[in-house]
Amino acid sequence: MTTLITEATLPAAEAPAPGGRLRLVLSRLTAAKGVLVGGTIVLLLFLLAFGGPFITHWDYATPDYSALRQPPSGTHWFGTNGLGQDVFAQTVRGLQKSLIIGLLVALFSTVVASLVGACAGYFGGWIDRGLTFLVDLLLVFPSFLIITIISPKLKGAGWIAFVVLLAAFNWMITARVIRSMTRSLREREFVRAAQFMGVHPLRIIVRHILPNVASFLITDATVAVGGAVMSETALSYFGFGVRAPDVSLGTLLAAGTDQAPVFPWLFYFAAGLLVLFVLAINLIGDGLRDALDPTTEAARPARTSRSSK
Amino acid sequence: MITDLIESRDLLEVKELAVDFGAAPAVRGVDLRLKRGETLGIVGESGSGKSVTALAVLGLLPGSASVRGSVRLEGRELVGLPNRELAKIRGNKIAMVFQDPLSAFTPVYRIGDQIVEALRIHQSLDRAAARKRAAELLDLVGIPEPERALDNFPHEFSGGMRQRAMIAMAIANDPDILLADEPTTALDVTIQAQVLDVLRKAQRETGAALVLVSHDLGVIAGMADRVAVMYAGRVVETAGVDELFARPRHPYTLGLIGAVPRLDTGGGPLVPIPGNPAALGDLPPGCPFAARCPLVQDRCRTAEPPLAGTDGHLAACVRADELAERRPAPSEVYPVPTVPPPAVSVPREEREQVLRVTGLTKTFPVLKGTVFKRRVGDVYAVDGVELDIRHGETLGLVGESGSGKSTTLFELLRLGRPESGRIELLGQDTAGLDRAGAHKLRADIQIVFQDPMASLDPRLPIGDVIAEPLLAQHAPRELIARRVPELLRQVGLEPAHAERYPHQFSGGQRQRISIARALAVQPRLLVLDEPVSALDVSVQAGVLNLLQQLKAELGLAYLFVSHDLSVIRHLSDRVSVMYLGRTVESGSVEAVFEQPRHPYTRALLSAVPLPDPPAERARTRVLLAGDPPSPTERQTGCRFRTRCQVYAALDADRRGRCEQQAPPLAQAAPGRDHAAACHYPEA
Amino acid sequence: MIRYLAKRFGYYAALLLVAVFLAYALSASALGPRSYFEAKQPRPSAASVDRQLTALNLNDHTPVVERFGTWAKDLVLHGDLGRTIHDTSVNDDFGRRVWVSLRLLLIGSVLGMVLGVAGGAWSAVRQYKISDRALTLFSFVLLSTPVFLLALLLKNGAIAAKDATGQEVIPFTGYETPGLAGGIGAHLADWSLHLLLPTLSLALGGLALYSRYQRGTMLDVLGSDYLRTAEAKGLTRNQALIKHGLRTAIIPMSTMFAYSFLGIFTGAAFTETIFGWHGMGEWFIQAINEQDVNSVVAVNLFAAVVVLASGFLADVLTAALDPRVRT
Repeated sequence: MTTLITEATLPAAEAPAPGGRLRLVLSRLTAAKGVLVGGTIVLLLFLLAFGGPFITHWDYATPDYSALRQPPSGTHWFGTNGLGQDVFAQTVRGLQKSLIIGLLVALFSTVVASLVGACAGYFGGWIDRGLTFLVDLLLVFPSFLIITIISPKLKGAGWIAFVVLLAAFNWMITARVIRSMTRSLREREFVRAAQFMGVHPLRIIVRHILPNVASFLITDATVAVGGAVMSETALSYFGFGVRAPDVSLGTLLAAGTDQAPVFPWLFYFAAGLLVLFVLAINLIGDGLRDALDPTTEAARPARTSRSSK
Repeated sequence: MITDLIESRDLLEVKELAVDFGAAPAVRGVDLRLKRGETLGIVGESGSGKSVTALAVLGLLPGSASVRGSVRLEGRELVGLPNRELAKIRGNKIAMVFQDPLSAFTPVYRIGDQIVEALRIHQSLDRAAARKRAAELLDLVGIPEPERALDNFPHEFSGGMRQRAMIAMAIANDPDILLADEPTTALDVTIQAQVLDVLRKAQRETGAALVLVSHDLGVIAGMADRVAVMYAGRVVETAGVDELFARPRHPYTLGLIGAVPRLDTGGGPLVPIPGNPAALGDLPPGCPFAARCPLVQDRCRTAEPPLAGTDGHLAACVRADELAERRPAPSEVYPVPTVPPPAVSVPREEREQVLRVTGLTKTFPVLKGTVFKRRVGDVYAVDGVELDIRHGETLGLVGESGSGKSTTLFELLRLGRPESGRIELLGQDTAGLDRAGAHKLRADIQIVFQDPMASLDPRLPIGDVIAEPLLAQHAPRELIARRVPELLRQVGLEPAHAERYPHQFSGGQRQRISIARALAVQPRLLVLDEPVSALDVSVQAGVLNLLQQLKAELGLAYLFVSHDLSVIRHLSDRVSVMYLGRTVESGSVEAVFEQPRHPYTRALLSAVPLPDPPAERARTRVLLAGDPPSPTERQTGCRFRTRCQVYAALDADRRGRCEQQAPPLAQAAPGRDHAAACHYPEA
Repeated sequence: MIRYLAKRFGYYAALLLVAVFLAYALSASALGPRSYFEAKQPRPSAASVDRQLTALNLNDHTPVVERFGTWAKDLVLHGDLGRTIHDTSVNDDFGRRVWVSLRLLLIGSVLGMVLGVAGGAWSAVRQYKISDRALTLFSFVLLSTPVFLLALLLKNGAIAAKDATGQEVIPFTGYETPGLAGGIGAHLADWSLHLLLPTLSLALGGLALYSRYQRGTMLDVLGSDYLRTAEAKGLTRNQALIKHGLRTAIIPMSTMFAYSFLGIFTGAAFTETIFGWHGMGEWFIQAINEQDVNSVVAVNLFAAVVVLASGFLADVLTAALDPRVRT
């Protein structure tokens, strides 16, 4: 008896729907309640931040002298401050600024981290040692100290400079993780195979390394948005971040602190939105981690491996 | 002896054991009985439920598992017993030896402390007495300097030593039953032989019954009294070991026996079992093997046959009686592919030389320091390798872990100037290549890796995976579009699968994809690095047949690296044996396997278990002592002499030569294709 | 093991050296002590400003490297950190404030770590049960609250309590009641009460962070082969978990501790300012606003030493806990 050697007529072991991985991730994401709740909250907060200015006729800077330190009411939804400015308009404006800063910082720092980490991990040798020393050096100081020292110099440059500064001190730990992931990926056989085929190193990084750390990067960038918003508010609170006349959640909190026990609306709206936003981001991050993590893949490798290394 | 066994009561009786993980079954009704002192082998492929069965006996499955059925130890029911009661039995009445001893020892405690702990859980011993006993146990399993070994951490032991220590810990409380779950799977073949020997000794000393779980028919054939074959969560056949191997009554068992390449027979196609092991998640009604079975009948698809039979030989097949009567050979039942005649038929000497390696060395520095590394020593990973491959032939490269096989391959594939020695690929000296020349030459040498999971980028559809070497060689787009479906067909996959991702394929299919990728640029030499060692036996046979077929059709040359001598024997024309970075023997397959000249080759060959119980029992074994020495010290003289049985038997005068001179690779006779690096070779 | 630690120590020393120089250069060039003097009323002459700046080793007409050399020489030879912009000794301020900060930092971080490890391990063992979910939610809320906000909320709570009861139930300013009479016992009680809120605002964040992380490492360990071996030997599940599981699962925590110390240090600076503790953090913010270069550098030095010390401590801890890294 003879037959053609083929396995093609037999069904593949796992569900063979094209794009199966994406579907798997999606189904896990929707299964995680945290992601749904977090995602909804973040969406609503973005709507509030960018749609809010259009639903109130008050401007964040223009005072209403007829209403000084008024509690929330039909006219001023979140009340007014000592200058008669509308707290709702200010909070919405501050939220908007904080969100933009958070997003940009997360974006910049993730890009820097993945480039530095992947290069250090892939090329090794002096490039690796140099970059590792740089990372360690930047980690010696709490970034807060450095930002605080530099920020008075940047008074004129506005909040974009602040974004760059925050991003510049926010990429190191991610880069370290990417570096060690790249180092283990470099030893993986599919990367070796590409090397032996003569594929260019930069092409290998773009085609093989980065896509395989992408799930970590996505998760990390998500959480980084929350972290950046927290850093922004802390620095702005102490007067080293966003400065008047610009407002952010941090400047609002700083302005409202002393009056919080007596005029709570000056403080707790901003505080609540801040915590809500970061919480929602963290919920998404946690859900993403579970959904994208290959180690939670349904089919765990069988215990009996036949390798003899 | 047989009458004794029949008289004694069953020590362990497993009935209708079933294990589910959530909705997915893992074990679906297993019956086993074990008598005092006997060895029961459980054999099966990955996912057959053999390990889960062993763990279920001790109640060691994770909380997500639900266990039904009955496990009785001397009549006492264990299923459903509270944890506290089970803990008194574990390690005391029933002890376990796990597969991977590195992860099975707690990394942060010393070996001695872990054995002492095992002793003191069940016996009232003071620390000093327990420690003394632990040292005795280590001595029993053959660990040198047991007193000192007690203070070692698990990571400081070699794999073989750890598995010995694991066995010592298991027999610490003189158990009635030893459960060994793939105890030698992660070990080299010579170390496997040592550990199996220790296991036999442990069994002798304690009189314990042994349940040996393994995927390796050879190991089972040499160790077991009775065998149970598992498939898809059930026992499909059970019998005494001789009976089972000689007269299998289940087509699956028959197929397994036919699929294993054997050391004692030559080439020819293997008998592959079509398809992949059944996925337990969604089993169709009826016999789970029906989809792969060549003897399938309509009734097989309606009801699952029970395990039935006479005189202790049971099989779960409706046609068991037929098989028992006819006793067909595997190839009479399973479709066997024909391998076309080789494309190259000229004699070896007249064929073109594809690869020639002489005196290759490679050392790695041992570095210390974080920022400024300094070199504190060298690892002599490769230290004198000779290879010779001609057009259309397969050279098998054999060696155990640490022998420098992989380093040799990477040196070849680097296409650069070797540290010393000479590499000639298709007549070109790689030392003289410029960048463009090397890039061009890359198309002529391609590699297939061991692990089909790791060698394909999980983020790329397989069409892109296969196209990658073509892209790297700047092939035109139309050519790529034409080649990819062609290649998929060539390795037995469907062109329509190009869009799918690697994780949607089984292990065997992924290895076929790897082969397709390697063939994309039409190489002259294919380097195969343990291409089938991660696959199940039944799937492995299919891939090996494919490789033979491709070689014959395309006139390829293979450099086939493997630790598995049976596979090498099956596939190769010539073979080269490495030990500690050196080629110690090379020659035609027949010459080396029939008349090995180097003592290491002899030990290696005798360590390979045969899937044939009478033959396995009749063999005399050459057991190598200890582990290979560390490659960080470069010894004068012969590197093998620390473990060499020939050296050990020499008088002092003749030993001197082994100690002072490194033996060169010398031909047995002029013009004969058989060379060995030994001062005192066999004939 | 000693070799390994010596190696790490050397690396940290090198890092410290480079880092301190960079901090000096950065502070000296970014801050403007000249403008501080020029802003005085009546405005002093340029020559007098120059003289004062030179006396304090702050003159920006001297190259930074030279100023650093002078500063470093004094530090190495005399242990002198220089003069503040008010011409007082930096060492005096440093000596007074360092214990205030360390008290807060040490108690806050150790408390956070112990509670976090215990909570995380407990949570992992009870995965997906109500208690695990409750702790998880609690940690998430805490992780989403910046330290300064947490401190402010605690302080507002204390103020509210004071307003409601008419007396200060929990103190929220300073680290002791000024002019308190009584023996050592009374002082200790007073200190602990003052420590409560600032420590809590640091420790709660740590608790949340560490418990999440410990839960993860513990879950990894729960599926490990060696835990199964321990049970196969005859240990009960709980014995195996504590002796073999927890022991291994805390190893990665030591590295985590080193990383998170940066955040805790920053948090402490905020906490000090908010609760009116005269520690290093408050000093730093004040010094920045006064263009007081030497004080800023002193705080940076302190931060670098504390961070590297915690890194070294983490290495020691890892080496002590994990035999595999001892080479």
